[in-house]
Amino acid sequence: MSTAELHTLTGAYALHALPESEQRAFERHLEDCEACSQEVRELSATAARLGLAVAEPSPRELRERVLREITTVRQEAPAHGRRERSSGRGRTGRWSGYALAACIAAAAAFGGVAVWQNQVAQDARQEANQAQRQNEQLAQVLSAPDAKTSSSELTGGARGTVVVSQSQNRAVFLAANMAPPPSGKVYQIWFNDEGTMRSAGLMDPKASDDAVLLNGPVDQASGMGITVEPAGGSAEPTSDPVALMDFPTA
Amino acid sequence: MKEAVHISGVPSPGPDLQELMVRVARGDQDAFASVYDAVSGPVLGLVRSVLRDPAQSEEVAQEVLVEVWRTAPRFQASRGSAMNWVLTLAHHRAVDRVRSAEAAAAREHKAALLERMPAFDEVSEQVETRLEREQVRRCMRTLSELQRESVTLAYYRGLTYREVSELLSVPLGTIKTRLRDGLIRLRDCLGVSA
Repeated sequence: MSTAELHTLTGAYALHALPESEQRAFERHLEDCEACSQEVRELSATAARLGLAVAEPSPRELRERVLREITTVRQEAPAHGRRERSSGRGRTGRWSGYALAACIAAAAAFGGVAVWQNQVAQDARQEANQAQRQNEQLAQVLSAPDAKTSSSELTGGARGTVVVSQSQNRAVFLAANMAPPPSGKVYQIWFNDEGTMRSAGLMDPKASDDAVLLNGPVDQASGMGITVEPAGGSAEPTSDPVALMDFPTA
Repeated sequence: MKEAVHISGVPSPGPDLQELMVRVARGDQDAFASVYDAVSGPVLGLVRSVLRDPAQSEEVAQEVLVEVWRTAPRFQASRGSAMNWVLTLAHHRAVDRVRSAEAAAAREHKAALLERMPAFDEVSEQVETRLEREQVRRCMRTLSELQRESVTLAYYRGLTYREVSELLSVPLGTIKTRLRDGLIRLRDCLGVSA
């Protein structure tokens, strides 16, 4: 299963359409993915509406049998001492972009492709507070109904995933296991406009796993590239790309 | 019982279902009888749409309704409405049954699954059900054909997404995506919030 794919299982999960093993794996994933959980809650509620639409009268004998049976059935103890999922993350009802990025990175781990380190997620969450607005945009791209994803192996065991939403005209690049750039250098991301490189921002040089909302609209760009540039970035690429990725096509 | 047009959320007919569940959780059998009256129709209808066989459906519906009683103390209102909780449980139990080994052997021919696609064939006298059915039918029409088929086969027929993929000869990844974006479209059309 490829990187961001696990998030698309919210629909199948809400419809109980996953085989048991995949269902359990997805439930483990849900424990750590508030954005997925929220979507699952909404889609499950939607599925329940489909159930309500096929209601039919139930026979009186069934009522009698059930009401008789419950007099002999002991009730379970209430659920308490359960791990509260929202602890430490604030209960804002909104997902931070990094929480979602963490989902997708966790999805990558599930696929056996990359390993998400908890510390990285922790750091990312702190950063998220500082860059809330950008994160919300990032989250919007990742959760857009028309979000399309493609992943590829980059050099040195790294893996890159690009998520493009046509309706938002924005793209997000998710990196896993990137080797740090040489000292004094940064990774710079570029939109590929038919061979012309348009700067789309810098990656965090300290993070080996990073989620970047690409600067500017996707427009006609057919893909993206990454180059190593002097700290602060360049107006146009000054070195050969270390990675070139095509955007997913519809 | 009031007859209301429900714009959003799952309606809870009669006395407030959430409050009743709190009483059921404390072992109140009268409250359970009221919960039963509110949920048994949807539970039976849903189980039957998945299992078809009337006797087996009643048996599973009974198990589900007793399970509602047994596990009521674990119901958490903060996680969604009681009706959602009950119908999710009912769907799981129906699907578990349909996927169990003995049922698999008796499973009907694939072609038959496709033939009966629209699952809204039973008649009901209840106004609320009719309105709900109308709304769902209307929203189903806003889906693409593949979205509608995928969601219907998964939900009303209890197929796994792999089975849906095989049945419709469409790649797995596409089915996963269609199940999600189909439900998202339904969610928006029905105005569901959670």
